[in-house]
Amino acid sequence: MSDTDKKEQTSTHKIGIYLWIWGLLFVLSFFSYMVDWYQFQGMLRWSLILFFMFLKAGLIMAFFMHLFWERYALVNVLLWPMTAIACFIFLMVAEFKYTLFTRLFYFFVGG
Amino acid sequence: MSEPKIEGIELKPGFKGMAEDTGSDQTMFKGVHWGKAMMWIFLLSDTFIFSCFLIAYMKGRGSTPVEWPNPSEVFALDAFGVPVPLLLIAIMTFVLITSSGTMALAVKYGYEKNRKMCGWLVLATAIGGLTFVGMQAFEWSKLIHEGVRPWENPFGAPQFGSFFFMITGFHGTHVSIGVIFLFIYAYKVFAGHYDQQKRGWFTSMKGDYVEIEILGLYWHFVDLVWVFIFAFFYLW
Repeated sequence: MSDTDKKEQTSTHKIGIYLWIWGLLFVLSFFSYMVDWYQFQGMLRWSLILFFMFLKAGLIMAFFMHLFWERYALVNVLLWPMTAIACFIFLMVAEFKYTLFTRLFYFFVGG
Repeated sequence: MSEPKIEGIELKPGFKGMAEDTGSDQTMFKGVHWGKAMMWIFLLSDTFIFSCFLIAYMKGRGSTPVEWPNPSEVFALDAFGVPVPLLLIAIMTFVLITSSGTMALAVKYGYEKNRKMCGWLVLATAIGGLTFVGMQAFEWSKLIHEGVRPWENPFGAPQFGSFFFMITGFHGTHVSIGVIFLFIYAYKVFAGHYDQQKRGWFTSMKGDYVEIEILGLYWHFVDLVWVFIFAFFYLW
């Protein structure tokens, strides 16, 4: 009997934590919608969008997908490959700037 | 789920635990069901696919000298004669988050072996997903009526259409597949397959509520991808 009690304790979390995260996700989504509603522009807009996006993504992964409670062996296997994606993003930022430059150069200056 | 106990081995926390788990000459992910590990590996590969789409979109949008269509106007919807920016997209976002929350609770009740509650929550998640797909179909048909095609559109840079249909289409496919599985699993929960440890049709492993968590991982991932699409495609 005590064995099953122990098992249940380790495998579920209090409902409060899920409801809190759920509520936070609603609030954060509302805020990111407000970014568009008030038509913020430029750096303010982009940084707010990224801030709310990463916060939402982090909350979903940490608590809804239970990564916060998983052992490091699994967490690290999942999160480290993301650095490859980050590298790819930086490479492609350099690439699109170059492509844009080349296009504008040949459109206006000629070949 | 959180603190697995394995007889004869002391599991240490943190990076030391990671090193010992990895070098333990046996299963590396301690206390993690193989189905769950496989679902995570699949989701990791799916992350790479969606990242490639979004990076391609960034590259396409960044390198065109033609002005990009303003998403806040393109996706505006008339509510009582007033155009509201991104109205449908906002509702879709809230529907998907709602369904993600019901899924998280379904996983919790599943582990508590609360069959009825788990079943209803999985069913609610499925209906939320179905609503999302329905609204996406509406959005697609509205844009197609307005003349958006993968090769041209009346609003600006022609690349807009191809990225829009590719990215939201691929995400919508994921949602649709998820909805199908959610309905199947809702049936399996209600029928008591996990209480009776009935063998599955797909893997023949003994039924267990861990399957609900695996399904939940997939569903949360679909929500996660939408967070990024919402930020980069609709808001940026």
